[in-house]
Amino acid sequence: MNDHPPSGLSRRRFLILGAVTATAFALPPFISLKAYAAHLEQPAMANVTFEVNGKPQALEVDNRTTLLDALREHLHLTGSKKGCDHGQCGACTVIVDGRRINSCLTLAVMQDGAKVTTVEGLGLPDRLHPMQAAFIKHDGYQCGYCTPGQICSAVAALKEIRDGIPSHASPSLTEPPQLITSELQERMSGNICRCGAYSNIIEAISEVAEVSA
Amino acid sequence: MRAFNYSRADSPAAAAQAALAQGTRFIAGGTNLLDLMKLGIETPQQLIDINHLGLDQTEATPEGGLRIGALVRNTDLAADPRVRKDYALLSRALLAGASGQLRNMATTAGNLLQRTRCPYFYDTNQACNKRTPGSGCAAMGGVTRQLGIIGVSDACIATHPSDMAIALRALDAQIETLNPDGNTRRIAMADFHSLPGSTPHIETALTPGELITGVTLPAPIGGTHIYHKVRDRSSYAFALVSVGLILQKDGSGRVAVGGIAPKPWRVEAAETLLPQGAKAVSARLLDGATPTPDNRFKVTLVERTLASVLAQARDEA
Amino acid sequence: MKFDTPATTNPIDRLKVIGQPTDRIEGPLKTCGQAPYAYEQHEAAQHQAYGFMVGSAIAKGRITRMDLDQARAAPGVLAIVTAANAGKLGKGKYNAAHLLAGPEVQHYHQAVALVVAETFEQARAAAQLVHVEYSVDKGRFDLAAVRDQGVEPKDELPDVRHGDFDTAFAAAAVQFDQTYSTPDQSHAMMEPHATLAAWQGDHLTLWTSNQMIAWSVGDIAATLGLPKDKVRLISPYIGGGFGGKLFIRADAILAALGARLASRPVKVALARPQMANNTTHRPATLQRIRLGATTDGKLTAIAHEGWSGNLAEGKVELAAQPSQLLYAGENRLVSMRLAPLDLPEGNAMRAPGEAPGLMVLEIAMDEMAEKLKLDPIQFRILNDTQVDPVKTERPFSRRRLIECLQTGAEHFGWDKRNATPGTRREGRWLIGMGVAAAIRNNLLVKSGAKVRLERDGKITVETDMTDIGTGSYTIIAQTAAEMMGVELADVTVHLGDSNFPVSSGSGGQFGANCSTAGVYAACMKLREAVTKKLGMTEGEAVFAEGHVQLGSRQVPLRNAAQNGAIEAEDSIEFADLAKQYQQSTFGAHFVEVAVDAFTGEVRVRRMLAVCSAGRILNPKTARSQVIGAMTMGVGAALMEELAVDKRLGFFVNHDLAGYEVPVHADIPHQEVIFLDETDPISSPMKAKGVGELGICGVSAAVANAIYNATGARVREYPITLDKILDSLPPMI
Repeated sequence: MNDHPPSGLSRRRFLILGAVTATAFALPPFISLKAYAAHLEQPAMANVTFEVNGKPQALEVDNRTTLLDALREHLHLTGSKKGCDHGQCGACTVIVDGRRINSCLTLAVMQDGAKVTTVEGLGLPDRLHPMQAAFIKHDGYQCGYCTPGQICSAVAALKEIRDGIPSHASPSLTEPPQLITSELQERMSGNICRCGAYSNIIEAISEVAEVSA
Repeated sequence: MRAFNYSRADSPAAAAQAALAQGTRFIAGGTNLLDLMKLGIETPQQLIDINHLGLDQTEATPEGGLRIGALVRNTDLAADPRVRKDYALLSRALLAGASGQLRNMATTAGNLLQRTRCPYFYDTNQACNKRTPGSGCAAMGGVTRQLGIIGVSDACIATHPSDMAIALRALDAQIETLNPDGNTRRIAMADFHSLPGSTPHIETALTPGELITGVTLPAPIGGTHIYHKVRDRSSYAFALVSVGLILQKDGSGRVAVGGIAPKPWRVEAAETLLPQGAKAVSARLLDGATPTPDNRFKVTLVERTLASVLAQARDEA
Repeated sequence: MKFDTPATTNPIDRLKVIGQPTDRIEGPLKTCGQAPYAYEQHEAAQHQAYGFMVGSAIAKGRITRMDLDQARAAPGVLAIVTAANAGKLGKGKYNAAHLLAGPEVQHYHQAVALVVAETFEQARAAAQLVHVEYSVDKGRFDLAAVRDQGVEPKDELPDVRHGDFDTAFAAAAVQFDQTYSTPDQSHAMMEPHATLAAWQGDHLTLWTSNQMIAWSVGDIAATLGLPKDKVRLISPYIGGGFGGKLFIRADAILAALGARLASRPVKVALARPQMANNTTHRPATLQRIRLGATTDGKLTAIAHEGWSGNLAEGKVELAAQPSQLLYAGENRLVSMRLAPLDLPEGNAMRAPGEAPGLMVLEIAMDEMAEKLKLDPIQFRILNDTQVDPVKTERPFSRRRLIECLQTGAEHFGWDKRNATPGTRREGRWLIGMGVAAAIRNNLLVKSGAKVRLERDGKITVETDMTDIGTGSYTIIAQTAAEMMGVELADVTVHLGDSNFPVSSGSGGQFGANCSTAGVYAACMKLREAVTKKLGMTEGEAVFAEGHVQLGSRQVPLRNAAQNGAIEAEDSIEFADLAKQYQQSTFGAHFVEVAVDAFTGEVRVRRMLAVCSAGRILNPKTARSQVIGAMTMGVGAALMEELAVDKRLGFFVNHDLAGYEVPVHADIPHQEVIFLDETDPISSPMKAKGVGELGICGVSAAVANAIYNATGARVREYPITLDKILDSLPPMI
């Protein structure tokens, strides 16, 4: 049994709890496959520290816990939604280190040290973010389930345009992208709204974009 | 999702060495691996997080090309001014894929290693030779509209879903790797993805523990670059057919096609027919195709999409 | 309150609050992530455990063996529910298939087990260790193959035979006969079905995501063998339903069973890849339309015959229904046949019947207009009817279809359409316009509410009505504010709790009209109590600006409650005005598409809907309902199809990557025009619904626009590009 990771492999704070501390490759061959499987089912836990909406958070999570479930089930920040859990809908969109991502497709342990902004961090009912206010004004939502993801995505998408990141809808790759409807529609396409509020969402984002441009 | 051990690798060498162990996977963006782990399709016992290896830079090569770090995010690669100027096909292909959120997570290496989106592969109740070698293929005779028409085998008719890979194939990219024994090698894009044959679970030329460290692009070849991805909705969908074209002023060029095969589909011999037009090129490209009744339309669609990009390239030139 | 005579002038007509495009009152909560959905009720119960469902791997057959040893031994596992330990389960009135299989399996991904564990990760991992062996039975999975086994659905839509269709069709100068198909479709609402269940003794509370609280209380009680009064449902926010959450589903029953077995509150959400096959869907149809007309375009014979399939106790998809009412014509045959299928249960999805029916009928009308060399709008106008064509003594309460069509034509620039297909080209794009008519019946359902005047003069409304994105919170608050003469901000609305009076619920686009009418009834009762308290019973008091006024006497409303809140409860009950009058909503959809001449890719460039739907209670939320439905109609036209594996019997593309719905880039700016009207026959609100009208016909308008652009007449939905390719111009 080899309890030490090869040099250069750092466990840091990702301590593995439970009976099995050996990494898989060090497993002696005489352990039966069934026992092997049972051993591996022991949850491996990790301590994770990240900043969520400006507040440091320290959690002990199962290695398998996604960032989304860490937010929803551990921190009870349920603004970020689970629509598909497979990166197919965008309801879980949060902003990590300045960029929007699908929080369902990253592990909490992978985000150790990260700065996470969720919809709750953008604004609250008594101090709405301009994007939240614009969604209300333009009725850019119906059931509300995709809405936090749409709003986080919209805030980050406007920044992407300002940062000059091109999109599929950019007519030219060499010119900076423009604040035009087709750009917003393409950039927001990773956020599905089954209620079909798209037309209103784009109006809401357009209003904010003009104000902040 | 099975429980797994997790560790962060501090160096490529350590990562490659650790990955020699059975049941170990590298994790970078995680956008496909975690998706598959949740479904029980991937069941690693150990995840090596390679996000902190410093392989996230794109730099010029002495040959006048570019070396793209394995961990450069799709967004950053598509936005890189050198890529936009000299390898527009790559930018366009990347931007046609996935969503803004996913491109912010997905890496160059991970994109290459995406697994198929065949719905039967994704459903663990169904037989799949790629997922469970020897179990059969439920897709054959089933719903095959999205599946492959060429390069497929009796064991598997899945396609490779990457857009980026289509551009890399047309650009003659090379994949740089590091082996656990410390040796490095370069694999041409043409040789990187495997055809299924009787072993569809083997998808690339990588050996156990081998870590992709980067992708190199040869010096720019100029020309007009166009990537046209045809899909059932306007965005955030996998290709039915995609065509990457680099057309030179003299009428010569390169063509790679996605959505139809287990790997980026490029037939150099077909490219010599470019002056004769889309029909001729397409016929040669798809020589030996074995479509199903559901996806026979892809034959026509390749031809027509190629005609479209050729017309567009001529307009732009 | 019984509604048995047409409404006259009433307090709603003041339109100080009703009819105003106010923002949703729950908007700040939803946009800030503060509205708690079913799976997010962390505060509701302590020590919640997690359940993960295991779905059947086969479509039809029996479970022969279940090996739970590995799963049971997995870390964190608290309990595993299967049919073997669930106790005797009944079946809800609104469910066709059982919500827990075993030993019989009725459809793919039917629940076979629920694994309950301390954490979600543990429950999911252990669910993958449940081993099930089956014996597989041969099933019927291909509608076309079983259509001849279809039977007349005598309870739902007995054949309508009016006049003599066969003779009239045979004699018609111009005849048209075509067959079409619409595919199985998935609701694909963004919030997966989810429930938190907690037992207190023999009393069960479910926080769930459900459109119809009272139906579902009954079905949970029936399934679990509980008295109804032992079941409480709480459903304050619902992340979309579209009919998919009309009924209880496996999440609710499994959470309840899991909580009982684990002696812990348990929450369960269906995993997205389980939803399409585990829950309900809109059934596929085959439809044949025959039209006979005079040479000048008067319809003389209309036949609309349809076929759909379902499980043994499932219902038919009433696709032929709109042909009963939409157009004039003396000879008519309307019929549906229900064939046996072993696919998952088909059931209501947004505008059941009308949506797939009009997808087809309104292509047929376009085809017939062309055959008659008539403009499709003119052809529809020619065949308008102001009475029920089958019971001609029965007028429509309001029917302004012609005005919808004409208003839309003018607004959309219909005169710029070239009737010859494939003649308008902009670069590589072929451009076309299409139109379709819309009809969706106005259903009337009893609906109750409780209204309270609080001591501070504010109003509280309680009803088990749900807000599935429809705007119920807001229009109910508007109704109460209007009725009681207070500001909108002074009204608090509580919804979705079975402890509240039973409402219409959300379905069939009846929710807005009926639930607000119920609030109207309760408010009338509260007004009576208030005037009595204030001694203002002689004559009709006016409630306005926080005051009650009678003659020259004006008293602050809150004075009535200074000694304690006053509460009133009532419901609206609809008498037989619906028998005397046919009540329907109408609309016209206009669509412009661009089709890539090389690849057949379709882009919708412009969309307009003109609606005639009674009083619009809130133009902002009503418009959102319509554009949302138009969006779903684009999906139905262009991409949505649950692909059936006809050998194995399941929907293959069972996630949101495989089942494509429209994304932002698919949808242009959408316009909606509401004709200014009221319908006093419908309710005291004089309103009807719009949420389903918006999807009716829109897919056909897309189809007709594609035809106009390319000449490709596709009769099998969805109109994916592979069906257009062969009609496109030859390549250069």
